Amino acid sequence: MIELENVGYNYGGGELFSDLSVQLAPGSFHFLTGPSGAGKTTLLKLCYGALTPTAGRVRAFNMDVKGLDRDQMAYLRRRVGVVHQDCRFLDHLPVVENIALPLTVSGRGLSEEQANLQELMNWVGLSERMDALPPELSGGERQRAALARAVILSPDVIIADEPTGNVDWEMSQRLLRLLVELNHMGKTILVATHDLPLIRAAKNQVQARVLRISNRQLISAGADL
Amino acid sequence: MNALRKLIIGDAQADRVVPPSGFTAQLTLFVSGAMAFLCVFALALSLASGRVANRWSDELARAATLRINAPAEQREAQTEAALKILRQTPGVANARALTKDEQAALLRPWFGAGIPLDTLPVPQLIEVTEDDPGYDAQGLRLRLQAEVPGAVLDDHARWRRPLVDAAIALRRLGVVSILLIGGAMAAMITLAANAALAANAQVIEVLRLVGAQDGYIAQAFVRRFTLRALSGAAVGVVLGMIGVFLMPEASEEGGFLTGLGFQNWRWLLPLIIPPLAALVAFFATTRAARKRLGELA
Repeated sequence: MIELENVGYNYGGGELFSDLSVQLAPGSFHFLTGPSGAGKTTLLKLCYGALTPTAGRVRAFNMDVKGLDRDQMAYLRRRVGVVHQDCRFLDHLPVVENIALPLTVSGRGLSEEQANLQELMNWVGLSERMDALPPELSGGERQRAALARAVILSPDVIIADEPTGNVDWEMSQRLLRLLVELNHMGKTILVATHDLPLIRAAKNQVQARVLRISNRQLISAGADL
Repeated sequence: MNALRKLIIGDAQADRVVPPSGFTAQLTLFVSGAMAFLCVFALALSLASGRVANRWSDELARAATLRINAPAEQREAQTEAALKILRQTPGVANARALTKDEQAALLRPWFGAGIPLDTLPVPQLIEVTEDDPGYDAQGLRLRLQAEVPGAVLDDHARWRRPLVDAAIALRRLGVVSILLIGGAMAAMITLAANAALAANAQVIEVLRLVGAQDGYIAQAFVRRFTLRALSGAAVGVVLGMIGVFLMPEASEEGGFLTGLGFQNWRWLLPLIIPPLAALVAFFATTRAARKRLGELA
């Protein structure tokens, strides 16, 4: 589904990582971990085309990401739902409109999708907060809203960058359950996190592969995490 | 066609995606309003100059004056002789000696009423009206020289040409002004659009992250600026038309300056300014948005 082949990335002359290969098979669940600054966010950005590798090749849905024009890139972003660490909302729009943003930009009318939207809001537990503005939400509510926005177009792949970075343990468990549910629906999940207890908790709920960026290389982490 | 339909009808949801921006909105409204206001006057000036150029050109080209500078005792005989020659000349539609009262009326602005015309060496004037295609001025002059020594033919060409040239130049100036106003408006709207795009760089980033195509993002800005230009220009045109309407009507005494208003169906002409302003804003914003989105890639 998404494949990185011998990928390298340089930041202004400095090499962040090199010769990195990984394959996200359909329906798989991956955790990506590693120390701060190791390149977890960069790797995620390479997966959804926000960055272009300086070496190697990234393929998404059998297309070379490097060769995509802007419109094709937009279609790729609709097939890959992304939850950012800082959520990236439009602060002037209420939560419900932020969640529906992928529908809006893809030209699908909100009136036809009202039932699905309501169901999604219930699923992430935000049906009471639909009209709130993003700055009025708590950290956990923001992350759940970001997850709802990432899945509203029912993408094949969901990528989450430190989704539990700013929430308490109870909320991170709730977010994990939502991600596991999505994986059980057949979605491919890639989560970058340095929250090791979360990864351990996930192992009881889902068959997850743990990848670790260390010394500019990507290695499969053992079960001793 | 589809893009135009989308632009006109719009999408309420899509319109909300870009936050309302303060100063760029006011700047666009003000600039398009002010430019449309000026454009109405430039248009009025251009049309009036055109009208004056045509009128002077037509009227003066068909009229000439024959002046009989002869001693008082010969004046009547020379006038009769000149009239006879004029009646025989092909291309002269009418020739008529001005009466004493008419000549006095011509001199009144300079000498006042009650001029003793009989005691003054005032030449006799003959008004000559041309036929189409007109007479041979050179030939007529030669004949008059031979048969009526005191006659001087003035076909107005000396002072008609510079006046017509001035009116044509004024009309050209009006057209150039309209073009400059359009260009200045495009430049100002491009600046405002660039400012709005720069201020909304984060919004653009978020829209791209959720799968928005550049066309969608550009349209959100283009539609907003186009509608602002349209409404600003509409207000400017209404105010401009009121201004032109309130100008004094054309009169003989006021001359050119009082004839600046629109006439008949030409009152409808300023109504094309708001759609034109919208078109200018559409192209200026589309160009700015494409350039900016390309840079943000």
